[in-house]
This record gives sequence, C-alpha cells and structure tokens, in this order.
Amino acid sequence: MYKLLLCWRYLRTRYIALASIISVMLGVATMIVVNAVMEGFTNEMQERIHGILSDIVFESQSLDGFPDAEKRMAEIHEIAGDYIAGMSPTVHVPAMLSYSYGSNYVNRQITVIGVDETSYATVSDFGQFLQHPDNRKQLDFQLKDGGYDTIDHQGADPSKAIPRLQMRDAGWKHRKEMANLAPVLRAPKGSTDANPFATKDKATEELEGTDFDPSREQHTGAVLGIGLCAYRTLDGADGFLALPGDDVEISYPTASKPPKVLSAKFTIVDFYESKMSEYDSSFVFVPIRKLQELRGMVDPTTQVANCNAIQVRLKEGVDLNMVRDLLRAEFAPQVYKISTWRDKEGALLAAVQMETAVLNVLLFLIVAVAGFGILAIFFMIVVEKTRDIGILKSLGATGRGIMGIFLGYGLSLGIVGASVGMGLGLLFVRYINEIADLLGRITGKPVFDPSIYYFQKIPTIVEWPTVTAIVIGAMAIAILASILPARRAARLHPVEALRYE
Amino acid sequence: MSDIRSFEPPYARGGLNLADVALTPVPRPYGLAPSQFVAPLVARNPLASSHPGTQEIIAAHYVRKSYRKAAIVIPVLQGVELSINEGEFVSIIGPSGCGKSTLLHLLCTLDAPDSGEVCFEGHRIDNLPTAGRDILRNKYFGMVFQFYHLLPELTTLENVLAPAMIGEGVLGYLRRRREYRDRAREMLELVGLGHRLKHKPRELSGGEMQRTAIARALVSCPRVLLADEPTGNLDKHTGEEIMAILRRLNREQKLTIVMVTHDQHIADQADRTVTLIDGRVAAA
Repeated sequence: MYKLLLCWRYLRTRYIALASIISVMLGVATMIVVNAVMEGFTNEMQERIHGILSDIVFESQSLDGFPDAEKRMAEIHEIAGDYIAGMSPTVHVPAMLSYSYGSNYVNRQITVIGVDETSYATVSDFGQFLQHPDNRKQLDFQLKDGGYDTIDHQGADPSKAIPRLQMRDAGWKHRKEMANLAPVLRAPKGSTDANPFATKDKATEELEGTDFDPSREQHTGAVLGIGLCAYRTLDGADGFLALPGDDVEISYPTASKPPKVLSAKFTIVDFYESKMSEYDSSFVFVPIRKLQELRGMVDPTTQVANCNAIQVRLKEGVDLNMVRDLLRAEFAPQVYKISTWRDKEGALLAAVQMETAVLNVLLFLIVAVAGFGILAIFFMIVVEKTRDIGILKSLGATGRGIMGIFLGYGLSLGIVGASVGMGLGLLFVRYINEIADLLGRITGKPVFDPSIYYFQKIPTIVEWPTVTAIVIGAMAIAILASILPARRAARLHPVEALRYE
Repeated sequence: MSDIRSFEPPYARGGLNLADVALTPVPRPYGLAPSQFVAPLVARNPLASSHPGTQEIIAAHYVRKSYRKAAIVIPVLQGVELSINEGEFVSIIGPSGCGKSTLLHLLCTLDAPDSGEVCFEGHRIDNLPTAGRDILRNKYFGMVFQFYHLLPELTTLENVLAPAMIGEGVLGYLRRRREYRDRAREMLELVGLGHRLKHKPRELSGGEMQRTAIARALVSCPRVLLADEPTGNLDKHTGEEIMAILRRLNREQKLTIVMVTHDQHIADQADRTVTLIDGRVAAA
C-alpha cells in the first residue's frame, strides 16, 4: 500500500520526472505519426498499382509477342482455372506521343497499351480512373458529346476540389471548335516551309483522304494518361494542353525485322487518372485490334493476331505466388515472363518497406535515448530520497518493496508518457492535413505539395497492432530504465541511508 | 490515557509468530556455542508475558561492531553486554562517538554486529534473514529518531499509518483501513496531535514532528520502543514534553523503552541508566 501511496505522491511532487517523460511522449507520438503516414502511402500506392496492374501478368520476352491469345488463355485456364476470375490479352509497346499545343509541338515518351475494351475491365480497375461517367461503366473509344468530369471524382471531398474548367468543353464541342479554327491556325505555316512537321502534316492528310472532316469524324480513340497533357499550377488547379476531342499522333515500332517507326493519328476520347504519376504520365490506351493491325501483328492469311501480354485477375483471396508458380512450371521461361503485380513493382514496394523499417529503428532509438534520461533522473531521485528509503527500511519495508516503489514510479511515468504520446500521435494523424496546411501557411511553402504527389491529401492508416507495440515498447523502456536505480535503492544500507544528509 | 495495548494490529495477532520470523532459540549460557539449527517457535515465549517486569525482553551479549573507513578499522562496540527487562525504561548515556546509536541500531536489527548476539524474547535475532528482521522492525519494535525521520510527502496521519501500510498487503490494508485509521488517530491523540492529522511534516514544529514520530512508533503496538536521542534536536521545554510522554507510556502502559541520550538530565528520568565508555558498558 505504501508503494502505491508514495508512487502517487512522488508523481505529484516531482515534475522533473514528468519532464523526462516528455521525450518518451514525443518519441511515441512521432512513431505513431510516421507509421500511420508510411502505412497510408504504402496502402495508397499498392491500391493504385494494383488497380492498374492485374494480379498476374503473362508476358512474352519479345515485344512482338506470341500468336493466338485465345489458345494461351485456354491453356492458362486449364492449369489454374479454379483461381481465375478474368483474363484479357494486351499489347504493350514503347512509343512516342506528339500533339500540338498552340504553335508548340509536344513530344512525349509513352507506353502504348492495346486493350480489349470489354474484357480489360474484368482484370483491372482501369475503368474507374476515366473521366467520363459512361466510359467508367464501359469504355468504347468513341468521343462523347460532352459531360466529362469537371471535378475529380476520386477526390475525398468534391466540395473542396478545384474544378477543371477546361474539361467543360471537352468532347465533340471542342473538336468542332478546333476544326473550325484549324485553317486559321495553319495559315501562317505555309510561309515557314522549312518546318519539317508542316510537310509531314500534309503527307498524313493526304493519306487520310480529303473527305475526312475533323468536325464530324474522329480517328481511332485513345485514352491518354492525364499526366501527358495536364499540368498543375501552384494553387492546385489543373490545366490541360490537350482535351478529349484533340488529335494526337503516336509513333510506334512495327513488328517487322528490323522494326521500323510508323505513326498514326488518334483522337483523345478520355483521360486516365490513376494518381500514380509514373503511370499517368506514360500510359496511352488504344483498341488492341487497331494496334495489332498498325504494327503488323496480324497474320494476313489466318487473321490470327499476336499479343505480347495476357492480364490475369484472380479470385478474391487466392495466393498470387501460388498461381504464379503453377503457371511458371508449365510455360517455358525462355519465351514467357510470368509475374505478379507485386513482383513488377517489387523494388518500389521494398524501398517503402525499407524506409519504414529504418525510420522505426531511428525513432525507437530516440525513445531509448529518452530511457537514459529517465535513468539519470531516477538516480537523482533515489539519491534525493535516500533518507526516506532509510526511514522506510527502519519501519520494516523490504528491499523488494522499496524496489517496487521505483519500478511502479517508472511504470506510471511510462504509462503517462506512452498514453499521452499515443493521444498526441493519433490526434496529429487525425488532423494531419489541417496541420500541414497550417504549417504551409506559416512558412509560405506547402508542406505537402499535391502537384508532386497527385494525392490531394496525406493518406494515413492507423494500424492498432503497431500502435500497441509502440506503446508497450515505450513502457518497457521506462521500466527498464528504472530497474537500475530501483535496485540501487533496494540495496541501500538502512543505517547509512538514515545518516545521509 | 488510552491503552496502547488495547489494539492489537491484525497482522500481529498471536504474538511473535515464527511462521514469518524464523528465530533461532538461543542455548544458554549465551554466546559460547551459537546453535546452528533453526526451529520455528509457534507462540510467544510463555514466560515473557506471564511475568512482566521481571522477564528479559531484549539483550545484547558480547556485541562487537567496528566500521571500516578505507583501510582503517574503527572499533565502536567492543563487547557490550546489556540486558533489558520487560517494562523497564532504560537510558543509554555516553559521550559522542561512544557507540550509543550503533548499539541501538543493533538492538533493532537495523544493523548486524560483527560478533556476539542480540536476543529478543529469548531468541537470537541478529542472524535472522533480512525478511525476518524487516518483520521484527515492522511489528515488534518502535523507533524514534533524533531527526524525527518523517516522510515529507505524507501527512501526519499517513506517516503514522506507514508501518501498517508496510506490514499489510494492498488488499489487506484496504479491507482494514478504517480500523488502522482509528488506531492511528488514537495514537495521535495520545501524543496530543489529534488536531494535526492533515498537515505535512514541514508545517509542524520540531516537537510536533517528534510526537508524530512517537505515534508512528506506537501504531503497530510494539513490544519495545527504541528512541535515539529523541530530545536531541529540541529545546529544553519541548524536550521535557517528549520525555513526559515517554515516561507516561512506560508507567501507565508498561511499555519497555530503551533511550539513547548524551544529556545526563534526560537520562536521569529513566528507571536505569547504562553508561557506555569506549565501546563498553561502564560499571554502574
């Protein structure tokens, strides 16, 4: 009983010890915040990557691919049919994207992905990243009259999002306007014959035929990654260099030996916004059949087309690696590359995990340093309380009882520090975006710049097992730090302790 | 004056219960061949309580104690022979540094002698394990010090309750806390401090602190009260008050008191005076 009473009285009268616990508190709070943010980022990233990639990708080693996707899919189905929810053939080719913006000619390096618009939706969450509500239901590569989102439909709070005003005109309206403007814009070009693009423009125009009316007809539809023609201003608003309805030119390698570069015109029918800037600024989706024809991947006699990847989506809860290994055992690795989405982004995921681990080690060291602070202050308190320890011993308190006072003291400080730290950390996580905004306003420099990350908000996930582990760890450190001083107190000789001045 | 023996702390019921204090019965004559066997004694030595005033309650036999400072050995006690009977008020007097306090510490097992024996109610206690000595100090000895030695964080009442809290577990204490509180209040009233229950030691005068210390020493109904210069830090008048309380306790309650002092006037108020000179008991 005296242990509890004295513990409590020491807690209430020794504020210096509470000061020592502040470092534990801050350490705990920081660890919780860092873990929540890292977990949020990891989760957001995984979700996005997984939304874009299918569970398992079955690729050929060569860009030119393998013939007869149907037959391969049947084989895959035979091997792992029980686990598979959907499959879709695709063609991936590196290419160049070109479009004009005012008098500028913009060139971008891209990956063209030929997709089968009906089956592709079954293997990835591709559809949900599009900007037109009808395309989100079913993509048809046809330009829409209008009705493209002016507000990011993936944003957490639509009322706070900055509207994309340019998207209001996107669609046929924009295309007609541009077609009417075209003669005006092209006029000065005649005077600069040295421009190589001008002649090329003429050449393609001839190929298309003179009866092509851009105000009423479209080229083959293409879905552009939003990062290819969008930019973000400092205040977070999005501007567009091109809109659905504009034409772009894609230069791609053919499947001949050796590959030659050809180009074809496409019309932007939608934007693709996965919020993974790496994908948003490199992917262009076109109809698979068109791409196969353009590249010469269709056998002229049998009409069987080559594709270079099959996207496989598995049923919920199926072990990815197990199915991957099943498939690997059946298909020759010289020809086919079979990987899960985790394998494909392994380096990135591992890097984030590594970062989290290193941060945790560093932060736990901070808490450990706080432990030494507690150790020092506890030694001080034991010295200060030497006479009281002598008194208690003369009244018959056992060494273990004296030790109990200081261990209990350490534990209570640990509990106070860890729980206040936990509260602070959780509060910080809860209001992290508000805090980031406030800091941004004070320093005049945004802490979290949405134009870099493509998230509007800092994602956070509080994992209770992690929080529990952090809190228990901090308490353990507080107790460990009080063991040495407590033992010293327990071993004090009563007579010497009583004489201590 | 209320009878301090009217209350028997629940943890001390049944007298010196050797289930928790393993005492070694001392073969007589003392000291020649200390017995090596340990036999638990079930009840208090029957002779001890049946003839109060005539029975030896605490004794030191040929006790030697020296302190080491670096390589120098300073002998303090050089074979002290002392026997105190139940109900006696004995003062130990001697010049500073003659080992009075050391002897008192040995008697209450706060310290262990280098050689010789300390006996309590006929049992050797100086060689007890630590746990046994802790129980003895908690339940059988009451201690009063020159510098009061109250716990500064606790109130007067809590200070008086401290031995009970130490002697009981948390649950045991909580179950009987009313009983203990009443007892502590009674003891404080006995020393005239019934109105100072909620004060912290620093708010009390020296005399009040010493009276609190006496109440604390009495709370667990000790068999012996050991006082180390109880008036040493007080003015003459307050010292007299303290002495009056001690004399009254001895006369009215038959409490055995061993008091150390260097003041001849204070020492003379005891029934018997033992003089220590150069670590030995001087011939009376």
